[in-house]
Parts: sequence; C-alpha cells; structure tokens
Amino acid sequence: MFQSLSDRLTKVFGKLTGRGALTETDVTEALREVRVALLEADVALPVVKDFIAKVKDRAVGQDVLRSITPGQMVVKIVHDELVAVLGGAEGVAAGLDLQAVPPVPVLMVGLQGSGKTTTSAKLAVRLKADRKKVLLASLDVYRPAAQQQLEILAGQAQVGSLPIVAGEMPVAIAKRAMDVGRREGYDVVILDTAGRLHIDQELMAEVAAVRDAVNPHETLLVADAMTGQDAVVLAREFNEKVGVTGIVLTRVDGDSRGGAALSMRQVTGRPIKYLGLGEKLDALEVFHPDRLAGRILGMGDVVSLVEKAMSTFEQDEAEKLAKRIQKGKFDLEDMLTQLKQVEKMGDLKGIVAMLPGLGKMGDQLKNANIDNKAMGRQKAIILSMTIKERRNPDLIKASRKRRIAAGSGTDVQDVNKLLKQFQQMADVMKKASKLGVKGFARHGLGGLMPPGMGGGRFGR
Amino acid sequence: MSGKGWIGKLKAGLGKSTSRMTQGLTNLFTKRKLDEDALEELEELLITSDMGLPVAAKLVKELKRQRFGQDVSPEDVKAVLAEEIAVIVATVAKPLELKPQRKPQVVLVVGVNGAGKTTTIGKMAQFYKEQGLSVTLVAGDTFRAAAVEQLKVWGERAHCPVVSGPANGDAAGLAFDALTKAQRDGTDLLFIDTAGRLHNKSDLMAELQKVIRVIKKVDADAPHDVLLVLDATVGQNAHAQVATFLEMVQISGLVLTKLDGTARGGVLVALAEKFALPVHAIGIGEGAGDLRPFDARDYARSLVGLE
Repeated sequence: MFQSLSDRLTKVFGKLTGRGALTETDVTEALREVRVALLEADVALPVVKDFIAKVKDRAVGQDVLRSITPGQMVVKIVHDELVAVLGGAEGVAAGLDLQAVPPVPVLMVGLQGSGKTTTSAKLAVRLKADRKKVLLASLDVYRPAAQQQLEILAGQAQVGSLPIVAGEMPVAIAKRAMDVGRREGYDVVILDTAGRLHIDQELMAEVAAVRDAVNPHETLLVADAMTGQDAVVLAREFNEKVGVTGIVLTRVDGDSRGGAALSMRQVTGRPIKYLGLGEKLDALEVFHPDRLAGRILGMGDVVSLVEKAMSTFEQDEAEKLAKRIQKGKFDLEDMLTQLKQVEKMGDLKGIVAMLPGLGKMGDQLKNANIDNKAMGRQKAIILSMTIKERRNPDLIKASRKRRIAAGSGTDVQDVNKLLKQFQQMADVMKKASKLGVKGFARHGLGGLMPPGMGGGRFGR
Repeated sequence: MSGKGWIGKLKAGLGKSTSRMTQGLTNLFTKRKLDEDALEELEELLITSDMGLPVAAKLVKELKRQRFGQDVSPEDVKAVLAEEIAVIVATVAKPLELKPQRKPQVVLVVGVNGAGKTTTIGKMAQFYKEQGLSVTLVAGDTFRAAAVEQLKVWGERAHCPVVSGPANGDAAGLAFDALTKAQRDGTDLLFIDTAGRLHNKSDLMAELQKVIRVIKKVDADAPHDVLLVLDATVGQNAHAQVATFLEMVQISGLVLTKLDGTARGGVLVALAEKFALPVHAIGIGEGAGDLRPFDARDYARSLVGLE
C-alpha cells in the first residue's frame, strides 16, 4: 500500500543523492516535497506538520551538511522519524496482551465497513493457532445479518460462536458472552461491535456501556488503511470515549498510501497491532514499525518476507533444496517443489511487494499482471512430464514437447517458455551454490524466483 | 424528495463534520487581511477536508484573484468558496436516470469492501419501490459471509424479491438467471449487488468483467448503469478507486456513502473535477430513507458551513 509514498520519496531523495553537498535550501525543498507526498498519502495535516518540523530540525544540522552522502543521511533521518511515529524505537512486534484472568475480553470497535467482523474472525484464527480457546460474539444488532456473518466466519475459523438470541441488546449480549466464556472454559472472548461514527453520541455511549460491563483487556480500533484526513479525528474520539489499547489497520493489501497509520498512531499513542492483508482468514499480520518505515522509503520489507517464507516452507524441504543447490543440482522436480511453496505463501503480488528494490517498479508491476494462474499452468506443464524428463530436461525435444503441451492443456510455446525459465533459474542456482548458504540467504527469494515467473517482468 | 427533512439532515450531518473546518475559517479571517500566510493556512484547511492538493490550490488561487489584499470576513471567504465548489460539483449532480423503456433497467453496484454497497441497494430499493416501480434485487455478493442474508432483510423491508444462489456460487450465472427472469416478469429495475473488491486485485476485477459479459448475453445494452459506491471517509485513494473501476467496468455514476458526519466528503469535489462522473446520491444515515439525491449547492454551502 505504501508503495506510492515510497515512489515519491525515492524520487525526492534521488535528486538529493545526486549532489555532493547539501544546502539548507535543498533540505527545505526536499521536505516540501515530503510534505506534499505525506498529504497525498492521507497523513493528517497536523501529523505532517509535526513530522516535517522534526525532520527539518535534524536535517538542517551539521550531520547532513558534513556527511559524505547527504541524501542518504536525509533518508535515514526521515526513516528514523517514521519509525518513531509508527511504533517507537523499540520496534517490538506487539501482539495481543492476554495476561489476564481468562476468559480475556477483547473489544472490537470502529466505523461502519472498516472490517471489524472479518478482523474478529482473523484474530480468532490467529489465537487458535496459539492454542487459545476463542469465543466470538457479535454485538451488532443494527446491520442486517451482521450476527449471522460472524457466526458463519466462526464456523469457518472453527472457533466458538455465541448463540444468537433475537432481540437481545449489546450490553446483555456482552455479559452473556462472558458468562458462557467462563462456564465453558474459553481463554478469549472477542466482542465484535456494530460500526459507528465517532460523532454519534448515542452509539458511542452504548459501546462505552459495553466496555463498563465487561472491562475489556484489549480494545482494538479497526480502521481502513484507505481512511483520509479524518483518521486523526476518529482515532482521537474512539480513544477518548471508549479507550483504545491498539489499532488494526485493514485493507493494507489495497493500493492506498496508508498515511492513516501514521496519523492514528501519533494521535492515540497506541500501537498498531495488526495489519489486514486480504480476504482470507489467515491474512492478518503483526505490525512491525521499523519494517513499515523501511517499506515507506522503498527499502522493501525483507524481514517480513523471510518470516513468511520461514513459516510456510517446510523446513526439511527447504534444507533438501539448499543441499541440492549447494551441490549445483537443480532440476524440474525442484522447480515444481518451489512453485508449490511459493503458491503456499499466498498471493505472489504480496510477496513481490515485500521484495526490496522493487519500489520503483510500481507501474511496471501494475501492468505485469502477475497471475497466480500462470503458476498453475507451469505446474501443469511440469506434472505432464515423466520423472525422467524432470530429472533430465535435456531429454525434452520436439515430440516430447508436443506430448507435454497436450497433456497440460498448453501449447509448445508455453513448454518452451517454461524450459527457458527453468534454465535461467538453474543458472541462478549455480551462482547461489557458489555464494554458499549464507550468500543464498542474503539474496533471499529474489534469487529463487525465475525471471518472468507467472508472466510478470519483475524477476529481472 | 428534496423536502425540508433531507436538507436539514444533510446540514446536521455535514454541519457536524464541517464545524471544525468552519471554526478554522472563522478563526483565520476575523479581522484580517487576505495575505499569503492566510492563503496558505486556507489551503491547509481545505486539505483537511480530503479535497486534495490540486483542488485546494485552485480554490485558493481563485480566492486570491478575487480578494487578495482586501480585508475579508469569514462570510466573504465562505461565500466565494461555496460558489467555486458549487460550480465544480453542479455539473455532476444528476440523479439516476430512469429508463422506463428498459424492462428491466439493470443497475450493477460495485465498490471496495465495506463501502456500503448492500446498504445502498437496500435504500434504493425502498426509494424506487415507493415510487411505484417494480424492483428486484440480486444477491451477487456470494463471497462475504451473510451478505445474502443482509440483502434479504433489505428486500423484506422494501417488499422486493431477492434473487440469491448458494454461498460461493457463481455471481455471473446468478445475474444471468435473475435478468432472464426479470425480463419475463417485466420488472422495472434490477439491482445487482456484488462482492466488495479492492480495485488493485486484477483477478477480482476480471470476475466483475465476467459478470458484465454474461449479463450482455441476455441484454446487449445491460448493465444500463454501473454505480461505484464510495465511502466518504476514504481519502485520496478514492481517485485510484474511481480510475480503476472506470477503466475496468466502465462505471457510469457514483454514490457517496457515510456522509453523515465524520468525513467532510471533500474528495468529491476533486473527483468531480477529474472524472466528471455523475453523483447520483449520497448516503447520510443507516435508515432506509437516508439515501438522498446529491444537490450541488446544498453540498457546497454545507461543506463550508454556510446556512
């Protein structure tokens, strides 16, 4: 989402790095563009002003003027300040605090359509993976079928769902949820509330009443990453009227610049705890301020990528592959394994967005139409080969190609394309084997991806 | 339709939201010359309404041309601003055009997740039903849990039939069947709800294109309207949403939701300038009657805090 802001800052500082020395005028000029970029990114004006002032104070000092690469220095100052605003220097991933007597009540609040219900279910999935027994309860008695929605999601997440009692009001539902939670030995009770405008006094009072009734250990403000200037007001209001302990930013998989994150973080002083990154129930990630700041500046979210890869790749498979690569061996079977692994990691675009150095390729990426279906085709092609062919691709000549194409429902061109990609990949693997395992890790997944995989042009 | 009630409600709604901006303007221009500093502060105030830099700059420039160096009162500033804003948005204030010769007129409703598509359809169903038209709703959001149930509740309220299929079923096939049936029944209006989708997900956008392709097999002119539902609390990303939905599914008009209070909806001014797409209606509340036609002058005056 923050790609566009990265682009802008990259451009701004591209200009700066091109020069030897940096004058105060340069800094002022650069920061004016940062200001515009931040405003275009929907960072709230007061937050922008504050941010610019702090960066300027630090940038127009001796550090920048005396440093050898002034542009880098300014990038660092902007980066540090972004980290400070986003999460504080600790940069520790702050998940939910569940250090309380179970069942621990967690209250979800936010505007209509911000994604509370989906986030509640995602959170339940996450907590369930941590071996917590979770009960979901919807207090949304206003939006038609909202309670059914949560009930269905609870079923999908395979967690408990508070039986719906028609006509019951939110405070009563909350109390019943806690009773059931205690009686049936739940660890966490997630209370999903109705969407409400922060200026709606009546509904704000209602959610405050719910808070008083159950005394939630965590109150999460769920907000859309696309939110505009109003983010600062809504965050303040919810924090003052209900008391927020953390923020969940949703639709981060969109292309909004997500300045709302900065605004809300700054104004509430509460941590951003999770990011919603897709419609699937496992598309919820812990927020890392330092990484996000890096992403804003176009540095790529390498750490997140590695972590994601780690949890998805089966360890032994990865080790096996690493050993083969070390020996300089890489055949179509390995490529197939890799395709499967990449598929498991989820949307390819999500992964590409995390790769460093791709910030400038935003437009290309948009046009590249990276398509997970293309990966499916590639898999089909390999699966239509015999084991012998996969182990020894040189065997594959014209008539075999025709058979493989027919078997996989593609044509010979596709088979050729795949073989070419395989060859390029194999070359990369050879290089990787020379670098050794450490070098391999450093070059990360970028090196593992065949150029043009999935029909995209991002691999180069 | 444009009775006292709705203007009052819009004012109450926008009034709440604009009070801060209005307050700002009042503070800014009481006993003051309109100089560069004042203009810069003014531009910033406009920015906080999500209007975006280019439009804010344009409005400020116009104000400068008319009033620079003069002693200005807040009322003057507001009047000039409201006029300028009204000029920009007046061209797009067009209610949904009814095409009675179409049986049915097919209205496809699209937008990102949580924008308020289903609620908007519910409100529209009620509105047109009260005008004596026969309305059918198609629960095309087969993805989100309970989206079908949500639309069914609205259908019951408005006494409109709701066509639905199995969960995770094919939305295009559902639309095909619903349209075929609506043609047979001589229905006036067919509203097709769709699953929310982020505009940057090309596979989901392709799915939407498929719905349109399939609809065209029944009626080559359908859908007659493609409405993009936009959340007023969204900031500059609204531009990307409109641009992409326009390109991919040729949206024909906008509905701006959640204008009741929080956001200033200033982004609408920028959208009007850039895309000139008709704004058919605005949503100012959760009730069935809270969808209203978009009135340029009232909107502009409410936005700057003029009575």
